Amino acid sequence: MAILAHAEPQPGAEPALNVQTSEPPRLHVRARARELWADRELLGNLVRKDIKVKYKSSILGAAWSMLNPILYLAVFAFVFSVVLKNNIPHFAVYLFSGLLAWNLYSTALGLGARSVVDNASLVTKVYFPRELLPISSVGTAGVDLVLQAIVLLVFMIALRAFVVGWNLLLLPLALFDLVVFTCALNMWVASLNVRYRDVQYLVNIALLLWFWVTPVVYPSAFVWKPLSRHFGFKLLYLANPMADVVLGMQRALYGTVSPPGVKGGVLAPVSVGWLALLLGAVAVGSTALFFVAWRTFFRMSGDFAEEL
Amino acid sequence: MAAAITVEGVGKQFRRYRERPTSLKERVIRFRVHEERFWALQGISLDVPEGQTLGLLGPNGSGKTTLLKLIAGILRPTEGRITTRGRIAALLALGAGFHQELTGRENVYLNASVLGLSRSQIDSRFGDIVEFAELQDFIDTQVKFYSSGMYVRLGFAVAVHVDPAILLVDEVLAVGDIAFQRKCLDRVEEFQRDGRTIVLVTHAPDQVVRTCHRAVILSKGHVVNEGSPHDVVRDFRMLMAREDVAYGWSGGTKEIEIVSAAIYGRDGATPGIFFPGQELTLQVDLKANTPVEDPVVSFAIHDDQNRFAFGTNSDWRKVRWPRFEGKHRVEFVLKSLPFVDGRYYVTLGVHSRDSKRVYHLQEQRYTFDMVRGEENPGMVYIPVECRTEPL
Repeated sequence: MAILAHAEPQPGAEPALNVQTSEPPRLHVRARARELWADRELLGNLVRKDIKVKYKSSILGAAWSMLNPILYLAVFAFVFSVVLKNNIPHFAVYLFSGLLAWNLYSTALGLGARSVVDNASLVTKVYFPRELLPISSVGTAGVDLVLQAIVLLVFMIALRAFVVGWNLLLLPLALFDLVVFTCALNMWVASLNVRYRDVQYLVNIALLLWFWVTPVVYPSAFVWKPLSRHFGFKLLYLANPMADVVLGMQRALYGTVSPPGVKGGVLAPVSVGWLALLLGAVAVGSTALFFVAWRTFFRMSGDFAEEL
Repeated sequence: MAAAITVEGVGKQFRRYRERPTSLKERVIRFRVHEERFWALQGISLDVPEGQTLGLLGPNGSGKTTLLKLIAGILRPTEGRITTRGRIAALLALGAGFHQELTGRENVYLNASVLGLSRSQIDSRFGDIVEFAELQDFIDTQVKFYSSGMYVRLGFAVAVHVDPAILLVDEVLAVGDIAFQRKCLDRVEEFQRDGRTIVLVTHAPDQVVRTCHRAVILSKGHVVNEGSPHDVVRDFRMLMAREDVAYGWSGGTKEIEIVSAAIYGRDGATPGIFFPGQELTLQVDLKANTPVEDPVVSFAIHDDQNRFAFGTNSDWRKVRWPRFEGKHRVEFVLKSLPFVDGRYYVTLGVHSRDSKRVYHLQEQRYTFDMVRGEENPGMVYIPVECRTEPL
């Protein structure tokens, strides 16, 4: 009895390695962040696993993550440059700079919604910080982004379409916003999907609509003028963080606001500084959102193993 | 010595839905969900000193597996705190967390990485893991093509090779073929000798007596007894007798279900008490929920010390169903009972021929009592014919 009965921790006991205390009911950000950092190798392995699973039993394998955007690009470029004749110079570069961000977002969310459910066998059998699952989905989409960025770079070099200047500073800012915002939403959809499996389908439908309120395929200048007429609409449009991220990406990579010969211009006629401020605001908002989503995810993750 | 596992006032509350909405649509339509909360575990405090083996006993639904999952960190306690010292490997039910699409090799790397090993550490142990699992020829095959036995072997191999300080075992030893079970038990004993901490959840009291230093009984989410395995197991048997259920575990894939079973004597009545040498019929009614090829029905009889006394199956008795559909009645007629005294527990099972897939298993659910007559001293009854002739 004496041995098994509850006892105070002995003061003389030497501190053993790897002392784990059960998770508290509420998120302690700093301690948890340290734990996640310690598990970064596992995060890498989860990303690797996602990629392996994705291309399992396909002949072309990882080449698909390059082929996909190239084909996507070919279709859109054909429709917009040849069929609709929009006259935008280097339309491929314009399209791709926005698509880069959008693809990360949509791929990560699609994977993220299913991340906990698809890894049920791990979640119900082993302990690891569950946050790694939705984050690893963003990582997997990030690998795609790198491959696609290489394709874009090739295009830019081939077309000699560089605009070097302050605009390039928008790139890291836009990418930061993109990753933080995507992580935040991923935490939500991943945890909600454990209880309500419709979330993964709803996400796909929402993405379809969302795509069109984000200036990826149409020139942002095209919507800018009508929006400028009504401040409320403009605010609403810019309240979509993805629109802001895409505006930033396009300004950074495509750069030319109003190329000669295009009536009304291509990019939103705002200064780089204005965009930087916008992206800064998004950074603050996304970070706040991330912490809220993280807390929700953490609270729900304690019962994942039971609900799967 | 420091406790390897400290459980302090732990409780775990689960949500139970009367009708659980599994889609948002239902959630919206139903609007108000009948959600009840109940405590699966409450007020659990215990220490497991380093190097000891603790046995967790309890009826179904007593919270043993929940406690194990809480210690493993898979579930989070609603209240209280659990502290563990050293790497934990948990063997829960069937197999470790494997991803169906990945090969055995890829899964070993992923799993060991989740358990906290670095790539180079896994590299150096990979050969041993594969050898232990006896999967040299299949390690580069996707695990979705593995048999359940292969799956369990690989899961166990990874868990024991990550060098855990604490090993949590949940009734897994009952799975897999006999030779591998032996190997696993050897490994668990080796772990004990190495001074590692083990928590064993089991429904087999004799295993607790054999392998554990201490034992705990859980019932309805509370610790009802703890102490030396011998005393605790005796109490456990009394608890089970009081609750009037054999402490049997029941489960399986239910492709074939045991609908009912009965034990009766020669005259078709249920005597409750049998005398040595009498005939006993064990009647089992089965229902196939889906057609199953080549199932085997088996039974086992244990005495009240939980010693395995006898068992056989339909296959050995030359009864076979190439395709089992609908309902069937199976009768095992034990021509002459060799037992002389005490209560006997009958385990019934329906499983695949290789025993790797269990459709339905009812462990020690049915009982009968033997009473020795005056003319039956000794351990067994042997029908004896006595002859004499003048010489």
